[in-house]
Amino acid sequence: MSEGFHRRRKGGAVATFTGFEADLLRSLASQLVELLRNEAAAPATGDDPLESLLDFSGPTAAPDDPVLARLFPTAYPEDEEAAGEFRRFTEGALRDSKAQAAALVIETLEAGGLPPEGGQEGLVVDIELGPPDALTWLRSFTDIRLALATRLGVEEGDEDYWLALPDEDPRAHVYDIYQWVGYLQETLVAAVSPR
Amino acid sequence: MSAPTPVELDQPEVAETTFLDRPWVTIVWNDPVNLMSYVTFVFRTYFGYGKKKAEKLMLEVHNDGKSVVSNGSREEMERDVQAMHEYGLWATLEKAEG
Repeated sequence: MSEGFHRRRKGGAVATFTGFEADLLRSLASQLVELLRNEAAAPATGDDPLESLLDFSGPTAAPDDPVLARLFPTAYPEDEEAAGEFRRFTEGALRDSKAQAAALVIETLEAGGLPPEGGQEGLVVDIELGPPDALTWLRSFTDIRLALATRLGVEEGDEDYWLALPDEDPRAHVYDIYQWVGYLQETLVAAVSPR
Repeated sequence: MSAPTPVELDQPEVAETTFLDRPWVTIVWNDPVNLMSYVTFVFRTYFGYGKKKAEKLMLEVHNDGKSVVSNGSREEMERDVQAMHEYGLWATLEKAEG
Protein backbone atom coordinates (compact mmCIF):
# COMPACT_ATOMS: atom_id res chain seq x y z
CA MET A 1 0.00 0.00 0.00
CA SER A 2 1.43 3.35 -1.05
CA GLU A 3 2.30 5.86 1.64
CA GLY A 4 1.34 8.58 -0.79
CA PHE A 5 3.54 11.51 -1.74
CA HIS A 6 6.61 12.86 -0.04
CA ARG A 7 8.26 16.24 -0.44
CA ARG A 8 11.17 16.30 -2.87
CA ARG A 9 14.15 18.33 -1.72
CA LYS A 10 14.39 20.40 -4.90
CA GLY A 11 10.62 21.00 -5.01
CA GLY A 12 7.82 18.77 -6.22
CA ALA A 13 7.04 15.32 -4.84
CA VAL A 14 7.83 11.62 -5.11
CA ALA A 15 5.66 8.54 -4.58
CA THR A 16 5.86 4.78 -4.89
CA PHE A 17 2.88 2.72 -6.02
CA THR A 18 2.29 -0.98 -6.38
CA GLY A 19 1.48 -2.15 -9.89
CA PHE A 20 -2.14 -2.60 -8.84
CA GLU A 21 -2.40 0.95 -7.48
CA ALA A 22 -0.72 2.48 -10.53
CA ASP A 23 -3.02 0.48 -12.81
CA LEU A 24 -6.07 1.66 -10.85
CA LEU A 25 -4.99 5.31 -11.10
CA ARG A 26 -4.38 4.91 -14.82
CA SER A 27 -7.82 3.38 -15.25
CA LEU A 28 -9.49 6.28 -13.40
CA ALA A 29 -7.55 8.86 -15.43
CA SER A 30 -8.41 7.04 -18.69
CA GLN A 31 -12.10 7.06 -17.84
CA LEU A 32 -11.90 10.79 -17.24
CA VAL A 33 -10.20 11.38 -20.60
CA GLU A 34 -12.86 9.27 -22.29
CA LEU A 35 -15.71 11.13 -20.61
CA LEU A 36 -14.22 14.52 -21.48
CA ARG A 37 -13.61 13.58 -25.09
CA ASN A 38 -16.68 11.45 -25.75
CA GLU A 39 -19.60 13.65 -24.97
CA ALA A 40 -18.32 16.34 -27.28
CA ALA A 41 -18.63 19.94 -26.22
CA ALA A 42 -21.15 20.48 -28.98
CA PRO A 43 -22.92 23.80 -29.37
CA ALA A 44 -26.60 23.74 -28.42
CA THR A 45 -28.66 23.10 -31.54
CA GLY A 46 -30.95 26.03 -32.16
CA ASP A 47 -34.05 26.23 -34.35
CA ASP A 48 -32.18 27.55 -37.34
CA PRO A 49 -30.29 24.66 -39.01
CA LEU A 50 -28.02 27.02 -40.95
CA GLU A 51 -27.08 28.88 -37.79
CA SER A 52 -26.38 25.57 -36.01
CA LEU A 53 -24.15 24.38 -38.84
CA LEU A 54 -22.20 27.60 -38.92
CA ASP A 55 -21.67 27.66 -35.17
CA PHE A 56 -18.18 26.28 -34.60
CA SER A 57 -17.80 27.71 -31.15
CA GLY A 58 -18.41 26.03 -27.80
CA PRO A 59 -21.61 24.91 -26.11
CA THR A 60 -23.96 27.33 -24.39
CA ALA A 61 -26.04 24.88 -22.34
CA ALA A 62 -24.81 22.94 -19.30
CA PRO A 63 -23.78 19.33 -20.08
CA ASP A 64 -26.39 16.60 -19.47
CA ASP A 65 -23.98 14.29 -17.68
CA PRO A 66 -23.95 15.21 -13.97
CA VAL A 67 -20.18 14.70 -13.74
CA LEU A 68 -19.54 17.08 -16.62
CA ALA A 69 -22.06 19.53 -15.16
CA ARG A 70 -20.01 19.52 -11.94
CA LEU A 71 -16.69 19.85 -13.76
CA PHE A 72 -18.05 22.80 -15.75
CA PRO A 73 -20.37 24.68 -13.38
CA THR A 74 -22.65 27.49 -14.49
CA ALA A 75 -20.73 30.71 -13.90
CA TYR A 76 -23.74 33.04 -13.82
CA PRO A 77 -26.51 31.19 -11.94
CA GLU A 78 -28.98 34.04 -12.38
CA ASP A 79 -28.21 35.14 -15.91
CA GLU A 80 -28.79 32.44 -18.50
CA GLU A 81 -27.50 34.46 -21.43
CA ALA A 82 -24.26 35.47 -19.73
CA ALA A 83 -23.85 31.88 -18.49
CA GLY A 84 -24.20 30.60 -22.05
CA GLU A 85 -21.66 33.08 -23.38
CA PHE A 86 -19.19 32.21 -20.62
CA ARG A 87 -19.62 28.52 -21.37
CA ARG A 88 -19.17 29.07 -25.10
CA PHE A 89 -15.82 30.73 -24.52
CA THR A 90 -14.45 28.56 -21.71
CA GLU A 91 -15.79 25.00 -21.75
CA GLY A 92 -13.75 23.82 -24.74
CA ALA A 93 -10.49 25.04 -23.22
CA LEU A 94 -11.38 23.62 -19.80
CA ARG A 95 -12.18 20.23 -21.31
CA ASP A 96 -8.84 20.17 -23.13
CA SER A 97 -6.96 21.23 -20.03
CA LYS A 98 -8.61 18.56 -17.85
CA ALA A 99 -8.10 15.86 -20.47
CA GLN A 100 -4.44 16.85 -20.82
CA ALA A 101 -4.01 16.74 -17.05
CA ALA A 102 -5.41 13.20 -16.89
CA ALA A 103 -3.21 12.21 -19.85
CA LEU A 104 -0.15 13.49 -17.96
CA VAL A 105 -1.08 11.25 -15.00
CA ILE A 106 -1.15 8.25 -17.35
CA GLU A 107 2.15 9.22 -19.02
CA THR A 108 3.88 9.69 -15.67
CA LEU A 109 2.76 6.27 -14.42
CA GLU A 110 3.91 4.56 -17.62
CA ALA A 111 7.22 6.41 -17.57
CA GLY A 112 7.54 5.16 -13.98
CA GLY A 113 7.41 1.57 -15.19
CA LEU A 114 3.71 0.67 -15.50
CA PRO A 115 3.43 -1.56 -18.59
CA PRO A 116 0.69 -0.80 -21.16
CA GLU A 117 -1.37 -3.82 -20.04
CA GLY A 118 -1.80 -4.08 -16.28
CA GLY A 119 0.97 -4.52 -13.77
CA GLN A 120 2.40 -7.91 -12.87
CA GLU A 121 2.75 -9.15 -9.30
CA GLY A 122 5.53 -7.44 -7.36
CA LEU A 123 5.77 -4.48 -9.73
CA VAL A 124 6.80 -1.17 -8.14
CA VAL A 125 6.10 2.13 -9.88
CA ASP A 126 8.20 5.07 -8.70
CA ILE A 127 7.17 8.51 -9.82
CA GLU A 128 8.76 11.89 -9.42
CA LEU A 129 6.89 15.13 -10.05
CA GLY A 130 8.41 18.58 -10.53
CA PRO A 131 6.30 21.47 -9.17
CA PRO A 132 4.33 22.10 -12.40
CA ASP A 133 3.48 18.41 -12.86
CA ALA A 134 2.53 18.12 -9.18
CA LEU A 135 0.01 20.92 -9.73
CA THR A 136 -1.39 19.11 -12.75
CA TRP A 137 -1.70 15.88 -10.75
CA LEU A 138 -3.52 17.77 -7.98
CA ARG A 139 -6.01 19.13 -10.51
CA SER A 140 -6.56 15.69 -11.97
CA PHE A 141 -7.02 14.08 -8.55
CA THR A 142 -9.72 16.70 -7.96
CA ASP A 143 -11.47 15.89 -11.24
CA ILE A 144 -11.33 12.15 -10.51
CA ARG A 145 -12.72 12.65 -7.00
CA LEU A 146 -15.47 14.97 -8.27
CA ALA A 147 -16.40 12.33 -10.87
CA LEU A 148 -16.50 9.47 -8.34
CA ALA A 149 -18.40 11.53 -5.75
CA THR A 150 -20.95 12.71 -8.29
CA ARG A 151 -21.60 9.16 -9.52
CA LEU A 152 -21.97 7.94 -5.92
CA GLY A 153 -24.03 10.91 -4.77
CA VAL A 154 -21.69 11.90 -1.94
CA GLU A 155 -23.03 14.70 0.26
CA GLU A 156 -21.62 16.84 3.05
CA GLY A 157 -21.06 14.87 6.25
CA ASP A 158 -22.36 11.50 5.02
CA GLU A 159 -19.18 9.46 5.70
CA ASP A 160 -20.99 7.18 8.17
CA TYR A 161 -23.53 6.15 5.54
CA TRP A 162 -20.82 5.03 3.12
CA LEU A 163 -18.66 3.34 5.70
CA ALA A 164 -21.68 1.33 6.96
CA LEU A 165 -22.38 -0.18 3.51
CA PRO A 166 -21.91 -3.96 3.39
CA ASP A 167 -18.79 -5.14 1.58
CA GLU A 168 -20.81 -6.79 -1.19
CA ASP A 169 -22.35 -3.44 -2.16
CA PRO A 170 -20.31 -2.26 -5.17
CA ARG A 171 -20.67 1.31 -3.98
CA ALA A 172 -18.64 0.45 -0.88
CA HIS A 173 -15.74 -0.46 -3.15
CA VAL A 174 -16.08 2.75 -5.19
CA TYR A 175 -16.22 4.80 -1.99
CA ASP A 176 -12.99 3.13 -0.82
CA ILE A 177 -11.33 4.19 -4.06
CA TYR A 178 -12.71 7.72 -3.65
CA GLN A 179 -11.26 7.88 -0.12
CA TRP A 180 -7.95 6.49 -1.30
CA VAL A 181 -7.58 9.12 -4.05
CA GLY A 182 -8.44 11.71 -1.40
CA TYR A 183 -5.66 10.38 0.80
CA LEU A 184 -3.17 10.57 -2.09
CA GLN A 185 -4.28 14.11 -2.84
CA GLU A 186 -3.93 15.11 0.82
CA THR A 187 -0.34 13.85 0.88
CA LEU A 188 0.45 15.60 -2.41
CA VAL A 189 -0.94 18.92 -1.15
CA ALA A 190 1.20 18.55 1.98
CA ALA A 191 4.27 17.69 -0.10
CA VAL A 192 4.06 20.78 -2.32
CA SER A 193 2.55 23.37 0.04
CA PRO A 194 4.93 26.16 1.01
CA ARG A 195 5.97 25.57 4.61
CA MET B 1 -4.69 48.98 -24.67
CA SER B 2 -3.60 51.10 -21.77
CA ALA B 3 -1.94 54.48 -21.84
CA PRO B 4 0.84 55.43 -19.42
CA THR B 5 -0.62 56.83 -16.24
CA PRO B 6 0.44 60.36 -15.36
CA VAL B 7 2.16 60.60 -12.02
CA GLU B 8 -0.23 61.78 -9.34
CA LEU B 9 1.07 63.60 -6.33
CA ASP B 10 -1.97 62.84 -4.20
CA GLN B 11 -2.77 59.15 -4.39
CA PRO B 12 -6.43 58.48 -3.63
CA GLU B 13 -7.22 56.21 -0.72
CA VAL B 14 -7.80 52.66 -1.87
CA ALA B 15 -11.06 52.30 0.05
CA GLU B 16 -12.70 55.19 -1.79
CA THR B 17 -12.30 53.57 -5.16
CA THR B 18 -12.97 49.96 -4.25
CA PHE B 19 -16.56 49.69 -5.35
CA LEU B 20 -16.19 51.95 -8.36
CA ASP B 21 -13.21 50.14 -9.81
CA ARG B 22 -13.91 46.62 -8.65
CA PRO B 23 -17.61 46.11 -9.21
CA TRP B 24 -17.61 42.33 -9.75
CA VAL B 25 -16.81 39.48 -7.37
CA THR B 26 -15.79 35.84 -7.68
CA ILE B 27 -17.58 33.53 -5.26
CA VAL B 28 -16.38 30.04 -4.34
CA TRP B 29 -19.10 27.70 -3.02
CA ASN B 30 -18.78 24.82 -0.61
CA ASP B 31 -18.86 21.29 -1.99
CA PRO B 32 -18.65 17.96 -0.18
CA VAL B 33 -15.62 16.75 -2.14
CA ASN B 34 -12.78 19.25 -2.16
CA LEU B 35 -10.24 18.92 0.64
CA MET B 36 -9.79 21.90 2.95
CA SER B 37 -6.03 21.71 2.43
CA TYR B 38 -6.45 21.72 -1.34
CA VAL B 39 -8.83 24.71 -1.35
CA THR B 40 -6.34 26.65 0.80
CA PHE B 41 -3.54 25.59 -1.54
CA VAL B 42 -5.48 26.84 -4.59
CA PHE B 43 -6.15 30.24 -2.97
CA ARG B 44 -2.45 30.59 -2.15
CA THR B 45 -1.22 29.35 -5.52
CA TYR B 46 -3.61 31.11 -7.86
CA PHE B 47 -4.34 34.36 -6.01
CA GLY B 48 -0.99 34.55 -4.26
CA TYR B 49 -2.72 35.04 -0.88
CA GLY B 50 -0.78 34.48 2.32
CA LYS B 51 -1.48 31.42 4.43
CA LYS B 52 -3.70 33.27 6.93
CA LYS B 53 -5.91 34.91 4.31
CA ALA B 54 -6.21 31.72 2.26
CA GLU B 55 -7.23 29.72 5.35
CA LYS B 56 -9.74 32.38 6.40
CA LEU B 57 -11.41 32.28 2.97
CA MET B 58 -11.36 28.47 2.93
CA LEU B 59 -13.07 28.38 6.34
CA GLU B 60 -15.71 30.86 5.13
CA VAL B 61 -16.45 28.53 2.21
CA HIS B 62 -16.58 25.56 4.56
CA ASN B 63 -18.65 27.14 7.37
CA ASP B 64 -20.81 29.69 5.55
CA GLY B 65 -21.24 27.79 2.30
CA LYS B 66 -19.50 30.41 0.20
CA SER B 67 -16.92 33.16 0.19
CA VAL B 68 -16.00 36.13 -1.98
CA VAL B 69 -12.44 35.31 -2.97
CA SER B 70 -11.60 38.15 -5.37
CA ASN B 71 -13.03 41.31 -6.87
CA GLY B 72 -12.32 43.35 -9.96
CA SER B 73 -13.59 44.02 -13.44
CA ARG B 74 -16.01 41.61 -15.05
CA GLU B 75 -13.28 40.34 -17.41
CA GLU B 76 -10.90 39.73 -14.50
CA MET B 77 -13.58 37.85 -12.57
CA GLU B 78 -14.39 35.69 -15.58
CA ARG B 79 -10.70 34.77 -15.71
CA ASP B 80 -10.73 33.92 -12.00
CA VAL B 81 -13.88 31.81 -12.31
CA GLN B 82 -12.44 29.91 -15.26
CA ALA B 83 -9.26 29.28 -13.27
CA MET B 84 -11.28 28.03 -10.27
CA HIS B 85 -13.14 25.63 -12.58
CA GLU B 86 -9.81 24.44 -13.90
CA TYR B 87 -8.83 23.64 -10.28
CA GLY B 88 -12.18 21.90 -9.77
CA LEU B 89 -13.65 24.46 -7.37
CA TRP B 90 -17.27 25.50 -7.78
CA ALA B 91 -17.13 29.22 -8.58
CA THR B 92 -19.53 31.85 -9.90
CA LEU B 93 -19.35 35.58 -10.49
CA GLU B 94 -21.78 38.39 -9.83
CA LYS B 95 -21.97 42.13 -9.43
CA ALA B 96 -20.72 43.27 -6.05
CA GLU B 97 -23.39 44.36 -3.59
CA GLY B 98 -23.53 47.94 -2.44
